[in-house]
Amino acid sequence: MPDGIDHSPPCVGASADDIEARFGDLHKPLTSIKAIAAAEHCIYCYDAPCVQACPTGIDIPTFIHQIRTDNVDGAARTILSENIMGGTCARACPTEVLCEQACVRNHGEEAPVEIGLLQRFAVDHLMAENGPHPFTRGPDTGKHIAIVGAGPAGLSCAHRLAMLGHKTTVFEAKPKPGGLNEYGLAAYKMVDNFAQREVDFLLEIGGIEIVYGKGLGSEVSLSNLRKEYDAVFVGIGLGKTNKLGLDKEDLPGVEDAIDFIERLRQTDNKASLEVGRDVIVIGGGNTAIDAAVQASKLGAETVTLVYRRGEDAMSATTYEIDLARRSGVTVRLWSKPQSIKGDTHVKAMKFERTRVMNGKLVGTGETYKITTDMVLKAIGQQLDLASLTGLEIAGGKLGAARDFSTNVKGVFAGGDCIKSGDDLTVQAVEDGKQAAHAIDDFLKGGGHG
Amino acid sequence: MADLRCTIAGIESINPFWLASAPPTDKYYNVVRAFEAGWGGVVWKTLGEDPPVVNVSSRYGVHHNSARGVVGINNIELISDRPLDINLKEIEACRKEWPDRVIIGSMMAPIDEQAWKDLAIKIANSGVHGIELNLGCPHGMCERGMGSAIGQVPEMVEQTTRWVREAVDVPVFTKLTPNITNILWPAEAAKTGGAHAVSLINTVNSIVSVDLDAMAPDPVVDGKGTHGGYCGSAVKPIALNMVAEIARATETQGIDISAIGGIETWKDAAEFIALGANALQVCTAAMLYGFRIVDDMIDGLSAFMDQKGYRSIEDFRGMAVKNTVDWNELNMNFDTKAVIDPDKCIECGRCHIACEDTSHQAIEFAVAPDGKRSFTVIDEECVGCNLCAHVCPVPDCIEMKPVETKKPYVTWPEHPLNPMKAAAE
Repeated sequence: MPDGIDHSPPCVGASADDIEARFGDLHKPLTSIKAIAAAEHCIYCYDAPCVQACPTGIDIPTFIHQIRTDNVDGAARTILSENIMGGTCARACPTEVLCEQACVRNHGEEAPVEIGLLQRFAVDHLMAENGPHPFTRGPDTGKHIAIVGAGPAGLSCAHRLAMLGHKTTVFEAKPKPGGLNEYGLAAYKMVDNFAQREVDFLLEIGGIEIVYGKGLGSEVSLSNLRKEYDAVFVGIGLGKTNKLGLDKEDLPGVEDAIDFIERLRQTDNKASLEVGRDVIVIGGGNTAIDAAVQASKLGAETVTLVYRRGEDAMSATTYEIDLARRSGVTVRLWSKPQSIKGDTHVKAMKFERTRVMNGKLVGTGETYKITTDMVLKAIGQQLDLASLTGLEIAGGKLGAARDFSTNVKGVFAGGDCIKSGDDLTVQAVEDGKQAAHAIDDFLKGGGHG
Repeated sequence: MADLRCTIAGIESINPFWLASAPPTDKYYNVVRAFEAGWGGVVWKTLGEDPPVVNVSSRYGVHHNSARGVVGINNIELISDRPLDINLKEIEACRKEWPDRVIIGSMMAPIDEQAWKDLAIKIANSGVHGIELNLGCPHGMCERGMGSAIGQVPEMVEQTTRWVREAVDVPVFTKLTPNITNILWPAEAAKTGGAHAVSLINTVNSIVSVDLDAMAPDPVVDGKGTHGGYCGSAVKPIALNMVAEIARATETQGIDISAIGGIETWKDAAEFIALGANALQVCTAAMLYGFRIVDDMIDGLSAFMDQKGYRSIEDFRGMAVKNTVDWNELNMNFDTKAVIDPDKCIECGRCHIACEDTSHQAIEFAVAPDGKRSFTVIDEECVGCNLCAHVCPVPDCIEMKPVETKKPYVTWPEHPLNPMKAAAE
């Protein structure tokens, strides 16, 4: 929060311990007993729909069967062999629209198998043992690949390249690795510093060097990387945020939701964080939900999530929207921001009611005002085009072929910065993994590059 | 309300549910609790000559399924380790306090006529309704020439049965071991020796699991283990077959049967009665859940009988015996096909992969453009093996429907492809 503003204590009646507790695990990890019961619910389908629904294609029936046979580390290896960030995905994936939605148990009006929680059970089990890394680095090929961005796509790519025997150097603009796993996911999904622990685990394979504080820009340019390395992988995510396009958008109290979440994630003592008394979150995606729920947990008296269309059009999953409502968030639909009020600090926002006419969203002319001292914008992100000179841009994203090659020979891209699937951690991990194989092919002289 | 009273070896019981000779019938305290719970009778834990045996610590092993359900347990416990006169006094007291309940005395002795007769007389004098000869214990006692060491030799089965018949007036039950090539041999020997009834099966010789840390069979006794007696629902199929064999063989037909082996529910009980059992003995189910399980056994059996219109046990006892035949008497022209109900199908694919990998490639798997998975039986390939219906997780989703072939009942001996038939002609 900007300084100089008079705020009431952020959380009336809530102690620091209360607030800390609110940021505990959203879903309690399964105990051994519960894991066995959950695993028993799995039918061990053939050519299972859940596998098809997983962007990384984890062999779910096999890993659940391995939990059943008390081969829990084997289950973890099955998961990690397809998705080295299986631990984060188990926590952050919207399983309700992926594997668990595809679970055949849904057909019988039963609850689906708790695939996400079982995955977490297996991966946590393996990581807690602190044994040798389950994968080995391939025989050294002598090739050296530059990776831009130490997020899920870049690190997944680096790990797979290490398995294939290639050396990698990862350039990361921020001081820590993990990308959105570290900076962007809701705190209650990634407790106990999991993002960093997972990166440490991933790096155990060896052959991966990370250089911090260096992103694409003056020091690191694509053309130099292409010259100095055998291949380049770009996994920079979406670095810029969309703007409302209103006056006073820079007024203190108005900020991007991702900045709010990042600050929250980087603060150990959550109770020390300041939050508005009356918070408005604008947007309909999972970032909007994450911001709204966390503002509520920090002690905001009212949190209003405003979205310009109906609930069906929100990209947040039904589960997430329900989670927001259960956390005390008021969801106001069919409203678009019209103006920001305040002089030195935001004081209110005015919204215009909307409706769809002839297939287009239009304002009705009817407006209402919400008093606020904190506005969080979660209306989408976009590719930061600076420093991407020479790379083809298509539909606001980096143009990449099916094998993740770009128009520049030897330069590959994956993750949120390209259009592959949904902008999810699990998709980024898959992109990185597949791009690693494409780079391997390229270096052997077989791929497009 | 159906009449659950039954008669076996001339002994009347208020219901067919007795507790088998085992830890649950070890002493007065347990037996009184069993009677309070509603059990019709008990076979007291096997008595031997004094001095009593000494048991080891660590006595049961278990066969779990992955959900920690108990499929079976095995035990290495020996017969009663309490002095004979204490057991006999307690039997006497129970008989007095529970006049409408049956108490059978189980016994074993070394292969010596006087030993068998003396012990049988002592037990009979305690007031038991009958005596059961334990010729089946497959662990420990057999190493001392008792239990299955006797039960595996038909001549000895006949001999010990005759000795006890000569010594006492009460009915004699000869308890048989399943650890034998052909159950009819000891069953016939028991009949020839004068047994009023046979009790079967005793436990199946087994190593229930190996402790892979101790590298020793379970239950581990200070680093070592031994084979034990397997019981529980896992052994029910073995027991059903042996009971049926005795019920339908000419040599043994007519002898009363006290059926034992994995009876956990009223349905298990009804199945044994349908195969000719006069009464039933239960042990493992009580050890797993307590004596209270008899409530549903009584209630469920009674409801089943009411539903089917059977007024008494005798009304349906042995009804499945005539339909239990040799393979050679089956109809070679019978044909049944799997039919999958698409409305009930949850698209798991278990039927397909079972058939595709291990059977007859008779279930076609297709994925529609909208992602819907369909599984269809190819009638020409389906041999009616039932495997798909068994592996399907949804009850009644796959039905085995008999095909109207309009062909006559033809057995293998009559079958045109039988080379023996051609040779005979």
